[in-house]
Amino acid sequence: MTSISEDSDKEKMRSVSVDLNNDASLVIDIPDALCERDKVKFTVHTKTTLSSFQKPEFSVPRQHEDFIWLHDTIVETEEYAGFIIPPAPPKPDFEGPREKMHKLGEGESSMTKEEYAKMKQELEAEYLAVFKKTVQVHEVFLQRLSSHPMFRKDRNFQIFLEYDQDLSVRRKNAKEMFGGFFKNMVKSADEVLISGVKEVDEFFEQEKNFLLDYSIKIKDATAKAEKMTRSHKIADDYNHISGALNNTAADNNTAFKKHLEKCAEVFEKLRKVEDRMASDQELKLTELLRYYTRDIQAAKDLLYRRARALADYENSNKALDKARLKGKDVAQAEENQKQCLQKFDKLSESGKKELTSFKARRVVAFRKNLIEMTELEIKHAKNSVSLLQGSIEILKSN
Amino acid sequence: QSPEAARLSAEDISPSSNGPRDDDPDDPDDLFAEATEEVSLDSPERQPILSDGPSPAITPVTISPRVDVFDRSPDLVKHRLSSCDGMNAYMVYKVMTKTSLSIFSRDEVCVKRRFSDFLGLHSKLASKYMHMGYIVPPAPEKSIVGMTKVKVGKEDLSSVEFVEKRRSALERYLLRTVKHPALLKDPDVLQFLESSELPRAVSTQALSGAGILRMVNKAADAVNKMTIKMNESDAWFEEKQQQFENLDVQLRKLHASVESLVYHRKELSVNTASFAKSAAMLGNSEDHTALSRALSQLAEVEEKIDQLHQDQSYADFYLISELLGDYVRLITAVKGVFDQRMKAWAKWQDAQVMLQRKREAEAKLQYASKPDKLQQATDEIREWEGKVQQGERDFEQISKNIRREVGRFEKDRVKDFRVVIMKYLESLVHTQQQLIKYWEAFLPEAKAIA
Repeated sequence: MTSISEDSDKEKMRSVSVDLNNDASLVIDIPDALCERDKVKFTVHTKTTLSSFQKPEFSVPRQHEDFIWLHDTIVETEEYAGFIIPPAPPKPDFEGPREKMHKLGEGESSMTKEEYAKMKQELEAEYLAVFKKTVQVHEVFLQRLSSHPMFRKDRNFQIFLEYDQDLSVRRKNAKEMFGGFFKNMVKSADEVLISGVKEVDEFFEQEKNFLLDYSIKIKDATAKAEKMTRSHKIADDYNHISGALNNTAADNNTAFKKHLEKCAEVFEKLRKVEDRMASDQELKLTELLRYYTRDIQAAKDLLYRRARALADYENSNKALDKARLKGKDVAQAEENQKQCLQKFDKLSESGKKELTSFKARRVVAFRKNLIEMTELEIKHAKNSVSLLQGSIEILKSN
Repeated sequence: QSPEAARLSAEDISPSSNGPRDDDPDDPDDLFAEATEEVSLDSPERQPILSDGPSPAITPVTISPRVDVFDRSPDLVKHRLSSCDGMNAYMVYKVMTKTSLSIFSRDEVCVKRRFSDFLGLHSKLASKYMHMGYIVPPAPEKSIVGMTKVKVGKEDLSSVEFVEKRRSALERYLLRTVKHPALLKDPDVLQFLESSELPRAVSTQALSGAGILRMVNKAADAVNKMTIKMNESDAWFEEKQQQFENLDVQLRKLHASVESLVYHRKELSVNTASFAKSAAMLGNSEDHTALSRALSQLAEVEEKIDQLHQDQSYADFYLISELLGDYVRLITAVKGVFDQRMKAWAKWQDAQVMLQRKREAEAKLQYASKPDKLQQATDEIREWEGKVQQGERDFEQISKNIRREVGRFEKDRVKDFRVVIMKYLESLVHTQQQLIKYWEAFLPEAKAIA
């Protein structure tokens, strides 16, 4: 069982979105989480001045599935069709550390005690990193909701934050009611529908073209970034080399022995730096791309809903014409057409606002992360240089 | 120290079907032995990886022979047999020796040698010197797969890398061989370095790494079959043998770790390049101008970094991995001479046993009054007394030689490792400094996103 509650680290971790806890009237965070056999229990902590809540401060335990339920109910809500709905946090994925643990178990006999201890240490660190990441991404999801003027008032959101019983009953009911209808529809047909729509509005035409292309490119970039950061296993090799050097050192005369031991030490230190280099790149670059791939999809979903509304409006026009021709149910058709137009206009208006602020948000997040990543890489490289040069000096004088 | 590409000029090799292959009478197993044409390559002169310093054992003069090996055959060969095709081509290496030593006839000489010539040289040296306890540096391994790709004119990166790997290995082999004071003076070595024509190596099968291994194993078998276990009066030998056993295990492990490092760095380089391309595409797609520019710059940085990883992995390989591989093979040679010593001891013991038998036989004949048989027996005793003395002398000589050889080996090993470790650490420093440079150039671009 692992738990997390360091605040300073979390501040650095919150990289993918700009600080969302600006409004003191509703402040949400996940100060603690427990990991039991890959099932994570998040402690959702709320501080609020809003009267809609029963208490000013409270905490509830929540599972990943509860977050998904909340996301889905928001997606299914008609009134929110004009908003970009914050993407659901991905399921906690402990596959990496689990695989490593397996490898560790297999290779135990072929390693020295020190190597084994080091790898175990690394494994624990990796586990912790995955853990921290999943906490962060769940936290950001809630904070996106709390900082949005409409979502923060959502009834289900309030239930999620406040309800001190198990949510699993509600989750089951929701599944039965909607059956994931909207979700599935969005997934399958959006590309075709969005590109098929005849766009009058210059803004939306541009956005559509941009989002369709960008979503493909960012998905690819995310995949390649994941592959790159996953293959950054240099630290492991340095660990083995360090161990092997220490091994070799044992049998030598004093001078050379010291030399080899010093080298082993260099590799050990380099290992730590390489490790940090790889994990920082993962956090700042790969996580960023992952998050925005999901967010871009959420923006596309908005476009889809608007496109559907436009299609509905066009259909209602056709129906009205037919009704007028037949001379039957004209009033009803007129009313229907009016409503469709209203809905479409509402979606267009809020959609425009949402997409504009989305772009701003995206640019700020990329800037922040790219700067932070670059500064960290420079820092680590400088560390490596000074440690290597120091060792070279010592070895030369030996 | 990244190797530059050696290019095969296309005219020399027709990559079409396999033409008739001349059977090499010397070696039926060696499919690729026969020569039809020289392969022309373009590659600049390279610095030897192990540079020689003065070696007091050879000569008081400060400049020792420097041997450069590079492959370049500027002129197409005249002796071109029948229908030329890739499979029958062979690689020729130019061996350049610069020296001030008087045992060489010229102070600068350049010869062309085939891979099998190197194997032939090693075989001769091993058969001459191993039984005396000299550590004869092993020749590089044969590689049918690697060589085939080169022969059929495959110009891809892997065959270029293979040629460079082999050239480098051959160079290290020669440098080690001439560093040995006795081997340097050997007429076969001198002939190899100097004479323009060299008789074709007799049997390449026996010259393969496997062949030498067989020879070494035969000695080991002889040792195992010894009926009387050697009574090691000299603790030094027992200690050293154990040390070399340990060293063997340790170096193999270290070598495996470094090979893993080389592989992972190469993989990282490939994945970084792939990401760079993807980031460039993303930058193109991005409609915010400043962010788009920054992403394109990021792509460029990542591309440079991928090249950096690749260069570093070459350093990993050529500096450390290959050296470790060489030492693993060298230790096999060292273990071989220890076995040769045991063989010598066994021979001596056997002679003593035989002498004893002859003495007993003579004693019996004393009472049989057969004068000619007695004379024969006495003669035989004298013969075997001589053999016993020779056996003892040989054993003592090989023991002395081994002590000296091992001392020299240890000194060289320590020196080699120190030099290489230093070079390697400096290569790591260089890589990190480049990384700093690239990221520091990118930082203002990232900050410029508005």
